[in-house]
Amino acid sequence: MLTDKSIKQLSAGLEKKEFSSRELLRECLANIKKYDPLINSIITLVDENEVMEKANVFDREKDKLSVISGLPFVLKDAYVTKGIRTTSASKVLKNYQPQYDATVYKKLVENKAILLGKTNMDAWGHGGSSENTDFNPVHNPWDTARVAGGSSGGAAAAVSSRMAVFAIGEDTGGSIRNPAAWCNISGLKVTYGRVSRYGSIAYASSFDTVGPMAKSAEDLAYILELIAGRDPYDATSSPQVVKKYSQFLEKSINGLRIGLPLELFSKSLDKEIKETILKATKIFTELGAEIVEVKMPIFDYGLAAYYLIAPSETSSNLARYDGIRYGESRENFTPETIRRIMVGTYALSAGYYDAYYRKAQQARTLFIKEYNNILSRCDVILMPVNPTPPTKIGELINDPLQNLLADLFTVTQNPVGVPSLAIPCGFTKSNLPIGMQIIGKMFTEEKLLNIGYKFQQLTDWHIKKPPILNNDK
Amino acid sequence: MELKTVSKMFCGCKNDPFGAEKPNIYTCPVCLGLPGALPVPNKKAVEWCVKLGLALNCRIPLFSKFDRKNYFYPDLPKGYQISQYDQPFAIGGWLEINSPQYIRKKIGITRVHLEEDTGKLLHAQVEGKKVTLIDFNRSGIPLVEIVTEPDVRSSEEARLFLKKLYQLIRFLDIADADMEKGSMRLEPNVSVMLKNSSKLPPYKVEIKNINSFSFAKKAIDFEVKRHTDILEQGKIPVQETRGWDEKKSQTVSQRSKEEAQDYRYFPEPDIPPIRWTESQISGFKSQIPELPDMKIKRFMEEYGLSGYDANILTDKKETADYFEKAVKASPKISKAIANWIINKKADITKISLVELIKLIQEKSQVAALPAGDLENIIDKVIRDNPKPVADFRAGKDTAIMFLVGAVMRLTKGQADASAARKILEGKLK
Repeated sequence: MLTDKSIKQLSAGLEKKEFSSRELLRECLANIKKYDPLINSIITLVDENEVMEKANVFDREKDKLSVISGLPFVLKDAYVTKGIRTTSASKVLKNYQPQYDATVYKKLVENKAILLGKTNMDAWGHGGSSENTDFNPVHNPWDTARVAGGSSGGAAAAVSSRMAVFAIGEDTGGSIRNPAAWCNISGLKVTYGRVSRYGSIAYASSFDTVGPMAKSAEDLAYILELIAGRDPYDATSSPQVVKKYSQFLEKSINGLRIGLPLELFSKSLDKEIKETILKATKIFTELGAEIVEVKMPIFDYGLAAYYLIAPSETSSNLARYDGIRYGESRENFTPETIRRIMVGTYALSAGYYDAYYRKAQQARTLFIKEYNNILSRCDVILMPVNPTPPTKIGELINDPLQNLLADLFTVTQNPVGVPSLAIPCGFTKSNLPIGMQIIGKMFTEEKLLNIGYKFQQLTDWHIKKPPILNNDK
Repeated sequence: MELKTVSKMFCGCKNDPFGAEKPNIYTCPVCLGLPGALPVPNKKAVEWCVKLGLALNCRIPLFSKFDRKNYFYPDLPKGYQISQYDQPFAIGGWLEINSPQYIRKKIGITRVHLEEDTGKLLHAQVEGKKVTLIDFNRSGIPLVEIVTEPDVRSSEEARLFLKKLYQLIRFLDIADADMEKGSMRLEPNVSVMLKNSSKLPPYKVEIKNINSFSFAKKAIDFEVKRHTDILEQGKIPVQETRGWDEKKSQTVSQRSKEEAQDYRYFPEPDIPPIRWTESQISGFKSQIPELPDMKIKRFMEEYGLSGYDANILTDKKETADYFEKAVKASPKISKAIANWIINKKADITKISLVELIKLIQEKSQVAALPAGDLENIIDKVIRDNPKPVADFRAGKDTAIMFLVGAVMRLTKGQADASAARKILEGKLK
C-alpha cells in the first residue's frame, strides 16, 4: 500500500512521479469505503469529486510547497472548516457549517495537503474512548469489538487503517496519546501554546493542545514544523521560534537521562503493559540512554485536579450553545457532557469556588513544580499511556468513574503544559497495541521526536498494521 | 464607558456601532462568539484603561488579568462576558470635585477595569410578528467601568462628580462619552443614612443604565425621597436593581437581591495575565496630557485669570487649546482674548485665531497702561502679597507668576505681562 510509506517517502515518490497524488487519494478513499463501515472513524467526508480535483490540480501543476503537499489527511471534527460541516461529534452542532477556517487547517491547506474528512471523537473532547459521540462509537481496527480510545479516536483509527497519511488530533488530557497508543500509531501532545488553537472548538481552554497523529515520530516531526508557531489570532500561542524538528531526528541520544517513575507502574497498571514498557527501556539503554528512577508523590491528585479545572472551563465554553444560535437545544448534550457541565458549574459557584476550583488550581501549581523538579534531574520521563489495553465497546461509557480513571497517566501533563510523545512499544498476548509516552520539558518537542525516531529505527512495532488490513492484501 | 479605539476589544472589527449603516456589519467569528474563536486583547484599549486609572490617581498593580463573567443573555454570544474581577488594571484612586458648598472634596475611586460590551437587542415587528433582533456591531467594544467609593453625599455631588469625570475623559481623548448614544452609561448606587452617622446602611439600590447627568440627579433625588419615606416608617428599603423611567420621571424595580446572579467568575484561560514593569507604568504616566485641574492652576498663574475664568476656559480641551494658541500669537491681549471667549462667546469652531485677534485689536484699541500707573500697581501688589514675595526671594521662581497674575487682575488685563514681570523682578532683587 502507498499509505504504508512515510511522509518523506511519499513526498519523494510524488516528486519522482513514481505515483501520483491522485493514486494516493484513491487508495485512501478505497480504504475508507472498505473499512470505515466497520470502524466508523469519519463523521463527514469531503465531497469525493472535490478531493480528486484537488489531487488532479496538484499532479498537473506540481505546486510542491512542502513535504506534505499532495498528501491526504483527516481532521478531528473539533476543528472548524469553512463550508464543511463541523460537529464536535455532538448533536448540538449536527448541522453546523463554520464560516471560517481553524489556523491549523489553514496552514495545512496552504501547504497543499488535501483534507479527506472530519473524524469521529468523544463529543467536545469529553471522554477517552470515542464512545461519548452522537455519531456512534469508533471501533478499534485491531479488534472491532473494542474502542479506539479517545477523544481523538476517529483520527487514530483512520491513520491506523490507512484511510489517510496523517491526522490532526487535539489533546486536553490524553486525547491524542490515548487513542494513538490503542491504535498503534504515533501521536504528539505539544507544549501548550506551540500550535495555534484558533478554530479548535474548546473543551478546556487552558489544557487544549493541537497536535499531529501519524505512523511514526518522523512523520510527526515533518507535520509539526509546518503547523507550529505564533498566531496573531491566539493570544496563548507562543512567540518561541519554531524548530526544524525533522533535522533533529538523527541526533544521538547517547547519555540521555530517562526518568522512570517506577512506583506508578505498580498502580492499577495492566501487567502486560508494565512488562512491555520495561522491556522497551532496554532499547533506550542500547541507544546509550541512562534510565534513572524518579518519584512523583503527588501523582494521585492529578485526576482530581484535572476533573475540577477541565469541567469548570468546559461549563463556560459550552455556554454559547444556548439553543438559539446553533439550532439545537442543550438537551442534546450527552449524559457525560451534562455531568461535566454540572461539575464545572458547581466548582465555580459562590461558596464552592475556594474549596474546588481554587484548590485545583493550587494543585496545578504543585504539579508544575513537581514536573520542573523531576525534569531538572533527567531529560525526559517515560510513562505508560493507558492503564489497560483497549476496552470492549460499552465498558467505559457505562461506567463513568472507570472512564475517568482511564486517563490516569495522561491528565497531569496538560495542566503543566509539557509536551509528550506517544509511540507504539509492543502488543498484548491477544495482539492489542501497547503504547508508551515520553514527556519532556516545555518546548522540547525536537528532543521527544528525536528519541521516538531513534526508538523506531530499532523497533518495528509502529510498522505493524491492524489485522483488518492484513486479511486482504 | 466605551473607548474610542479603532478596533474592538478582542478582535480586529471596526469599533463604530453608531456610524454603522446596517446591523451586524462589523462582526467576525470572535465578536460573534463562534465555536473555536479566541479573544486577543486590544493593546491600545488596555493602555488607555491604565492611563485613565493614572489620571484618577489610582495605583496600577503590576499584575492584572481578565476573567470570565458567566451569565446567559441573548445579546452575549459566548454565554460569558470577558471582564475583570479581582485584579483590575487600576485600584484605589480619587477625583476631586468642587462640592456644592464650594469646598474641594475628594471622591474615592475603588477601581477602573476593562471589559467588552454586549450586542444590542432590538424589539421589532417583522411581517406582523413580534420579534427580537440582535445587532452585534456593539458586541466586543472596549468598555471601561469606573467604580467609586460610597463618598458621594448628594445628587448634586453626584452630578458634579460625573461632569468632572466626563471632562477628564475628554481631556484624555479616549472616549466620546456620548450619553445620548449610550456610549457612557451611569449607574448610581443609592442608600440613605442618618445625618452624622458613620456607618453605611445595610442596603443599597442600584439604578441601571442612565444616559444623562440630569436624569442621574433626578433618579437619585427620587430614590432618596423613596428611601427616606420607607426608613421613616421604620422599615428598610429592599436591596434591588431599578431602572429610570424617563416618561414617568421615576425609578422602577427590575431585579431584587434574591434574584441576584452567581456569575461564577474565573480567570479567562484564553488570555495570558498582564504583567507591567515599573518603567512601563511611568511611561504611561508621562504620556498623560495636562488635566483640567492642572490647567486651571496654570492658567491662573500664567495668564492672571480668575479661578472662574480659568474654569470656563478649561471646561473643554478645545477651548483651552484655542485660548492658549491665541495668547501665544498675541500675548499682550490675553485678558481680552479670555473675555471674548467667555463673555462675548466667540464661536471658536468658526472664527480663526487670526480673525479673533484682529477683531479684538480693532474693537478694543488697547491703550497701553501708562508706565507710572503700572509701577504703582506693582508696588501695591508687592505690599499686599508678602508670602509670594518672600517665596520668590527665597528662590522659588514660580512665585513670580502669582504676582504677575495679581498685577494682571488689578489692571484688568491691560498691562503687558512680560513688562510687569521685568519690573517685579527688578524690584524684588
